[in-house]
Amino acid sequence: MSSPYRDDFRIKAYTFGEGSKALCIVGSMRGDEMQQLYIAGQLVDRLREAEARGHIPTGVSVSVVPCANPFSVNIEKRFWALDGTDINRMFPGYDRGETTQRIAAGLFEYIKDFSYGIQLASYYLPGHFLPHVRMMRTGREDVEDAILFGFPYVAVKDPQPFDTVLLNYNWQIWDCRAFSLYAGTTETIEPATASTAIHAILRFMAAKGMLTAVQKEATGMLQAGVVVDEDRMVVVKAPRAGILMTEVHPGQTVAQGQVIAHILHSYEGRTVSEVKAPCHGTVFFARNRSIAFQNTLLFRLVPE
Amino acid sequence: MIQNVTALEMPVNEEFRIVKNHLTNGRGPRICIVTGTHGDELEGQYVCFLLARMVQQHISCLHGTVDIYPALNPLGIDSMQRGVPAFDLDMNRIFPGSSQGSMIEKVAYDIYTDLCGADMVVDIHASNIFLREIPQVRISEQTADTLVPYAQMLGIDFIWVHQAATVLESTLAHALNSAHTPCLVAELGVGGRIGHNLCHRLATGVENLMYHLGVWSRQPDMSRMPESIVCRGADSVEFLNAATSGIFVTELHNDVMVSRGQTVGSIIRPLTGEVLSHVEAPCDGLLFTIRAYPMVYEGSLLGRIHRIGNSSQPAH
Repeated sequence: MSSPYRDDFRIKAYTFGEGSKALCIVGSMRGDEMQQLYIAGQLVDRLREAEARGHIPTGVSVSVVPCANPFSVNIEKRFWALDGTDINRMFPGYDRGETTQRIAAGLFEYIKDFSYGIQLASYYLPGHFLPHVRMMRTGREDVEDAILFGFPYVAVKDPQPFDTVLLNYNWQIWDCRAFSLYAGTTETIEPATASTAIHAILRFMAAKGMLTAVQKEATGMLQAGVVVDEDRMVVVKAPRAGILMTEVHPGQTVAQGQVIAHILHSYEGRTVSEVKAPCHGTVFFARNRSIAFQNTLLFRLVPE
Repeated sequence: MIQNVTALEMPVNEEFRIVKNHLTNGRGPRICIVTGTHGDELEGQYVCFLLARMVQQHISCLHGTVDIYPALNPLGIDSMQRGVPAFDLDMNRIFPGSSQGSMIEKVAYDIYTDLCGADMVVDIHASNIFLREIPQVRISEQTADTLVPYAQMLGIDFIWVHQAATVLESTLAHALNSAHTPCLVAELGVGGRIGHNLCHRLATGVENLMYHLGVWSRQPDMSRMPESIVCRGADSVEFLNAATSGIFVTELHNDVMVSRGQTVGSIIRPLTGEVLSHVEAPCDGLLFTIRAYPMVYEGSLLGRIHRIGNSSQPAH
């Protein structure tokens, strides 16, 4: 697609191996998904090497789309530069519709026929996640395969009306086994959590016969994944507004009553609220902003 | 009486408030006027002003309650942002909200519960900064039988009965109508601007609706208001989308009849003086939407035509 004054808008895909469309990985779709862009690029590098070494079996084709929205990444804007629409809320797209509907349609035409799909996704609330795979409960979700990524948790949620235009939902409707992979952060690149996500994807590929050999790191850290219904997670909200000082991080185990954050009066420095864990559990999500409104979601906990 | 619909602390010496003006006199029906869901839509501001002033100046005509909510997204209006600042969310995609949800879901829930039970809600929108709309009411097919007669009381130019989309089930109007609180969605004008004439007409239409609901005893003069065109069916609206990226220029305003093959505008390339594409009407009809913001990408919406007659293909 041309632009009035910028370079042409292009979505580039890298394909490895030849054969049936086994797996498609989509990287950043929003302009602030830097961790997702980084992971996708690292996967291109790993898969290029795997292909050169003959580690992609005959008859298997894997595609990586590192970025579905380079225009927004290049100007560091989360959504579509001109009108603020979100490509990830335009699926399955419409090739005669508006700009982002057409982009979604063009991308979906390319990716819809893969057997498996992985989207490197981000959440609308700012914060850090325990790396995990999330999927919507459409009746076609494949929880058993999701466990093969080796993350400690697989989150499942019922789709809301506004979820029906997401890539994950539409991939499933088109009979693709789709997974949204949350790799810890969004705007900042964290090599350690990115590495965890990369190994998880390589591990999944090996388990599904898409790779014949993987690095040691991708085989040696398999964890027994627990399937968690998102509705069963315990939400912790800010009782007061102010400066937020979190005391725990994703993955950490907390005890009921443990102080997990302090909220400070923004002018006077004193603690106005001690936020305590309402149950024993594991921190799944933690807000990473310096301030919080009253009632802002601060944590999600997986109860023991 | 100014009342808080919801209030909560912000981090630095400020309270977040959604307020309404609760005007009541007698035990008659309750009508609610809401606007400002999208921070870039301002036409409703003037409509709220006109109605608040009218009711207070003629309080003896009131036989019930008028609740005026001028800013459902106050942070967005104050910072000229369509969505909710700091949350990057479209406020009209999270209803009915949740009492247990995050801050913004809780706010949506408080708004929704405050409106539930009203005899009528009029939710005023003003397109966006990209498109200019004639005064219209948009109604989903499922609620058309109930709502079209009310919309006609507004004396509004155009009533668009559209197909339901699952994603729209998260709007305020859908949430309220599903809860048996009738809600009309009015669209008029263009984002970021106030068209005085359009706002006066809608305010008069709301006064007429109030009269017919029994909230208001004075019937306004509707003799100069148009008879509403009711547009139904998936094929009754043609969408004009940009064939190329560039700068869209037009000499047309909306609210005009166009003929099949008539030039609606052009997409040009300033660098070279080229006309990249000519935009023609694909059918005879009423041009009820026209692009207001000239920069376009391939696919950008340039206009909408309510088809009149059987013409369909562009003339060559």
